[in-house]
Amino acid sequence: MFDLEGFGDLLLQGTLVTIELAIMSLVLGLVFGLLGAAMKLSPAWPLRLLAGLYTAVLRGVPELVVILFVYFGGVLFVNGVAGALGHDGYIDVSAFAAGVTALSLTFGAYATEIFRGAVLAVPAGQREAARACGMSPVTIGFRILLPQVWRFALPGLGNTFLIILKETALVSVIGLDELMRKTEIAVGYTKKPFTFFLAAAFIYLVLTVVVMAVQRGLETRANRGVAGRAGA
Amino acid sequence: MNVELMIDSLPALLSGLVVTLKLVAAALVVGFVIALPTALARISRHAVLRGLALGYVFFFRGTPLLVQIFLIYYGFAQFEALRESPFWTILREPYWCALIAFSLNTGAYSAEVFRGGIQSVPHGQVEAARAIGMSAATVFRRIVWPQALRQALPAYGNEMILLVKASSLASTVTLMDITGVARTLAAQTYMPIEMFTAAAAIYLALTYAMSWGIILLERKLTPKETRL
Repeated sequence: MFDLEGFGDLLLQGTLVTIELAIMSLVLGLVFGLLGAAMKLSPAWPLRLLAGLYTAVLRGVPELVVILFVYFGGVLFVNGVAGALGHDGYIDVSAFAAGVTALSLTFGAYATEIFRGAVLAVPAGQREAARACGMSPVTIGFRILLPQVWRFALPGLGNTFLIILKETALVSVIGLDELMRKTEIAVGYTKKPFTFFLAAAFIYLVLTVVVMAVQRGLETRANRGVAGRAGA
Repeated sequence: MNVELMIDSLPALLSGLVVTLKLVAAALVVGFVIALPTALARISRHAVLRGLALGYVFFFRGTPLLVQIFLIYYGFAQFEALRESPFWTILREPYWCALIAFSLNTGAYSAEVFRGGIQSVPHGQVEAARAIGMSAATVFRRIVWPQALRQALPAYGNEMILLVKASSLASTVTLMDITGVARTLAAQTYMPIEMFTAAAAIYLALTYAMSWGIILLERKLTPKETRL
């Protein structure tokens, strides 16, 4: 597709790592978000407090600081635990694992608030009606709440994922060979920083446009059967 | 955790806070100056203006801020003519490059926020003001903008907080903002957990203070009779 003085393949390899990183962070982040929302809506105050602290810290601290903390802190933590267990020698923490951890924790914090709002948007009468029909709380969760929560949460989740997709570039700071880092390598060889950073920018733009299209498709599908919304 | 070390590092981190605050304040001012005309261009009747504004907003909202900073700081050096021009005294300085990138970035996001605010003002009000004989500029200044700003304030406040967090990327071009100081100290002391925790605490305090400030401002700008 594009050659870029022979560095096109390198950039595409980096793009694949960027996509893997973003998707892994999305999947894990959705789990954190659902857990966080369940805790925030729980009747037990220690759970609510814990979830509140989680969202407050992860949304108030720059993602770059979170990434650096998880990576450098993680190295010390893993080696400290291993040392206490009698392991000698150094254990390396993968930048990919640190990146996924940091980005999914961040995505999870935003998703917690989105899911919480979406659960509250389902009228309480529906839950009461479902219970009156004899559904168990688990069945109510899967049949009544989740399909609607998904519909209410999709726009917010899509926007947050677009933010996380762009923040994958920050993981290059701890040395992960994703698109940004590969671009820096190409710049080092060719001495053409403008050309290559612009090329990287266009790859991110393409990824953004693809995610937006998928988001629109999912929203149309989730809204099917809703009066005045389907296919809008 | 070594709390003593965290306390010892506070003066250095606070000097980083000053750099962060300067960058954020300057980027907010320049970003605002960019955002307002861009928002107006986005809803202009002229297709060329609309297209230009859309292209600018699309590029800066669709690419990572890190790419934008590197494009300005490292990218421009590729052009011989630029390196020999008087602009080079500005473009070779990481501070100015970070400031340009932050301003263009927040300008694009704020433009969309302001556009939403402007479009939320009912068109009947504009027509009524025109009917009394106000010029287009007066209508905007007296009728549209005050209401648009109030409407856009919550979203604009969020954008201000996002900019504080985004300013941590200044450390990638060697600037000594909060994150830059924390990274340097972490490398010197081999105490990354302590240093990044201290930096995170400063950012948290800053973002919380800002979100409270915005809530107070929102209350102040809400007419008394409509207050809950």
